[in-house]
This record gives sequence, C-alpha cells and structure tokens, in this order.
Amino acid sequence: MRLTSQQQDMLAGKHGKGCSLAMKVLVGIGETFNAPRMVPITRAHVALSNQDADIWFAEKMVAGGAHCKVPPTVNPGFCLAYFTEKNRVSKADAACMQRTHDAYKALGAVLSYNCTPYLGSNIPFFKEVVAFSESSATPFVNAVWGARTNRESAQSALCAAITGCVPEYGLLLDEKRYGDILVEVHADMKSHFQYQLLGYMGKKIGPGIPVFVGLGGYVSPEALMNLCAELNTSGAYGMFHIVGVTPEAPTLQDAFGHKQPARTVVITDQDLDDVLHREISDPGDTQIDFALFGCPHCTLAQVKELLSYVDGRKLSVPLWIMTSAFTLDAARKMGLLQALQRVGGDIVPDTCSDQPCWHFLKDRTGVTDSPKLAYYPRKRGLRFVVRDMQTCVEAAVQGAVK
Amino acid sequence: MGKRFTCHKIAEGAAEGEVIRSKDEIMFYLVDPDTGVVLEKAHDLEGRSIAGKIIVFPGGKGSSVVQSDGLYQLITKNNGPKAMIIQYPETVLVAGAIIMEIPTVDQLEPDFYAAVKDGDRIRVDADNGYVEILSA
Repeated sequence: MRLTSQQQDMLAGKHGKGCSLAMKVLVGIGETFNAPRMVPITRAHVALSNQDADIWFAEKMVAGGAHCKVPPTVNPGFCLAYFTEKNRVSKADAACMQRTHDAYKALGAVLSYNCTPYLGSNIPFFKEVVAFSESSATPFVNAVWGARTNRESAQSALCAAITGCVPEYGLLLDEKRYGDILVEVHADMKSHFQYQLLGYMGKKIGPGIPVFVGLGGYVSPEALMNLCAELNTSGAYGMFHIVGVTPEAPTLQDAFGHKQPARTVVITDQDLDDVLHREISDPGDTQIDFALFGCPHCTLAQVKELLSYVDGRKLSVPLWIMTSAFTLDAARKMGLLQALQRVGGDIVPDTCSDQPCWHFLKDRTGVTDSPKLAYYPRKRGLRFVVRDMQTCVEAAVQGAVK
Repeated sequence: MGKRFTCHKIAEGAAEGEVIRSKDEIMFYLVDPDTGVVLEKAHDLEGRSIAGKIIVFPGGKGSSVVQSDGLYQLITKNNGPKAMIIQYPETVLVAGAIIMEIPTVDQLEPDFYAAVKDGDRIRVDADNGYVEILSA
C-alpha cells in the first residue's frame, strides 16, 4: 500500500504505540484486499461489547496512548446504574462494565451506548466515507443512506476512528457496490417481523450483495433495521439493494450495474416459516418466564406499538424493552414508560441482550420478536420462543406462548 | 514432499495440523471456548471440535463484535484453530485473524478444494504463500 508520510509516521509509532497498532491492523486489512491507499473517514461507529476481547483491545489502545481522531458512537454494554440498583450483576461483572466505560471514555468515544446510531445519533450523508461496525449498522448506512463503509469489525472500526482513515477497497468503490444475487420475495411481508425472517435467509441467499424485489413501495425503518440485523446474524452482508426503495437501486438495472445476476433465489412464506421453526425458535406451546425486546434497540414507534398490544392489561411475566437513553427519555416524557411500568414492564437504556446483566434468566424460557436476540444469548443458557411482537405480548399477558 | 498449492496471505505465520472442513460459514462465538466444539444449531460442524485444527471453510459470518470475542476466548484457552483457509474474506474475520495472530490465507485453486479432506495433515505457510498436503 502507498501511505502518506503522516500515515507512515503513525505506522512507525511517532504518534504512540496505540496509533501504530491501529495503523498496522488497517494496513494488514488493506493488503488482504489489495487496497492501493488509505482514505479519510468522517464518522465511525464502534461495536463496543464489554466482552473480554473488547476490553483487552480498548485498554491496549489506551495504554498505547491512543485517542480517537474521529470520535465514534458506541454500542451498548449494560446500564450499570439500572442493574446494580436492582442487584442483578455480580461485582466482577460491574467492574468489567466500568473498565469498558473508562477505556472508551479515555479514547474519546461518544458514549451513546446504542446499536442503531443510523436512526439518530450518527447518520452519514450519501457517499460519505465512514467506518461502521455493528451487524445492523453497516448494511443500513450503506444500503439505506448510501454512505460507504466496509463491514468493519468492532476492532477495525476503532482502529479507523483512532487513525482517521480506512483502506480503500470493497464497498468504498462504485463497482463493488452493485448487486449480484437477485432475491425474489414471494412471501407476504405484512409486518416488520417478516423482515426478521427474510434477513435470516443468509444460508439460502449465499455470499454476495442481494437485490430484493417484491417488497412493495414502502419499507419501514423498523423493517429495514430488522432485515439488516438478521442478514448479519445468518450471514455476512455489508450491502444490499431493494429495487425502488434504496437510493442506489432506482431500477433493477441500476442495482446490478447493468449486468446479469450471478444467481436468483426465490423466498416464499414456506421458507420463512421453515427457518423460524427449524433454525430460530425453540418449540412453542410452552409456559414462559419473561419477554425481552430491543435487538436491535426498539424505536419509539415500536415502544408505542408494543403498548397498543398490551392495551392496559396486567402482564403475567416480566417484560423488558431495550432502547437508547434518548428513546427512554422521550418515552418518559410521553408517559409511555409509566404506562408500561404500571402493567409490570420496563424500559432499559444502554443495554444489549448479550450481556451478563441477564444471567438471572439463565435456563429460563422467554419470548422475543428478534431471531438475533435468541441466537447469541444461547451461549449464556437463555432460551427463546421467537414470534411476532403481538404474539409475544399476548404470551407475556397469558404467561404462555403458542 | 506433499502436494503444494499457492495461496494469498491474510494474516502472517505458518502452522501444521489436521484439517477440518466446513461447508458453512463460521461464527466463532458459538464455539465452546472450553472444548472447541461448535454449538450452533443446524451447522455443518455442530458437535465437532475445531480446537488445534486447520479449518478449511467459506469464511466468517455474523456479528462484528462477538466474532472476535469468540476467537479471543478460544485462543486464550488454547482451543483456537491453528490456521484458517478461507474462500470469501470479509473484514470482520480478517481483522480478527490479524489481531489474534492466526495464520490465515485465501485464493486457493479449485484443485486444492478437490484434493483436501477432513483429517489430512497439511502445512499452511502464509508468509511464503503456500499450502502443502503432507499426508492424506
């Protein structure tokens, strides 16, 4: 790779050990993908995770004197104040979260603790070059906003935030953004839940850039968010197009760059039903112990939707909605938080489902509308029946799910 | 000398070991760090261990976060892969391989995929750009 003299100085350690390591990682990635040079970024989002590798790498950067040139927004860990007050976390787990917080604070990150920055705190412009990690965030900013990022890992996005640049390859280039798989959706996409299942079809869709047709004229932000999150649970997708919806796909020809698709995949209602019952959900017809929503973080519209299904009825099991501190604040001002608390539910800010704060639910069965939420915490012993939001809320009222 | 195939370096280093092949992409977070056994439901390698093996697989998938954490946990418990041979490099796995220092290569010819089998002993030399099948 050709580096500028300033970039060479960074690599050589003239800006500290942390910055040097960050540049070394970016050069390694650049060489893998034959990038000719580095290009500047103007935004970043780091998928902070409060997990061992995250703490190890962030603290290594702090110890190496690194500071973010481009302050990144960050993902949720868990809300220390909320869970320590409720006595739900061990001293050791609380200490980890404090270390994560301290490390990212020292690095100069924007402590937004939210996994949907593209809907609020960090929205890039069309064609803006950025470095976004986080499952749903990368494809959302590429496909929906038309910004340009590769599918950064939490660590490579942090390296980009520190150095202020990324190697130029892949989705940063016009010709690498065209679709190559035609995905004909014949399923009835009646709510944002169907987009969760469509996103989970990664095995059937296969590697590449999908171009979806058959999704109608309007796709809601929640549907797009779900599609993005699940595409990067079932597979690895940095980009997609929806013909007639996303900005780089006004027509099928534009989406494919006037080339023929490499293959065509058809998705039917049966496919969505099969993936739900065979791969995503635990069996239904069971008592449940809790309900958990907000993977990715619920929007204000989803908070309102959920409350409309509750319809003032008392819940039989605890129910939590995870969201950003910003959405929680609005929900409080609008009386939505109080309405949910009155029936036995709650809204939790700054928190991810895949965190030790939920360990008190180990070996219990919950309901959720998110396949991603069911997928990762499997390792922590949480079990989930996955259904659409209305069915989940009904289950929380009845204490059992169909 | 075994049969040699050229490859392209992703993460530096060299290693010798036994092959395990996966048809499916891998999410290392859903691999048990204490045993190296793949936990993911309906995965090609479900119930099998990748500990100390050289994995031949399409590439990584899933979260931009926990992929690296999965590799980190496996490596700190000495149950990580010795090397990785992939077909479709994507940034998340590439960054993880570089940071966690796991020798990783791509761009193997179809001949290699036709020849290599589960249990073969092979050598991956990322620095010198070759993979050698030592014994089938």
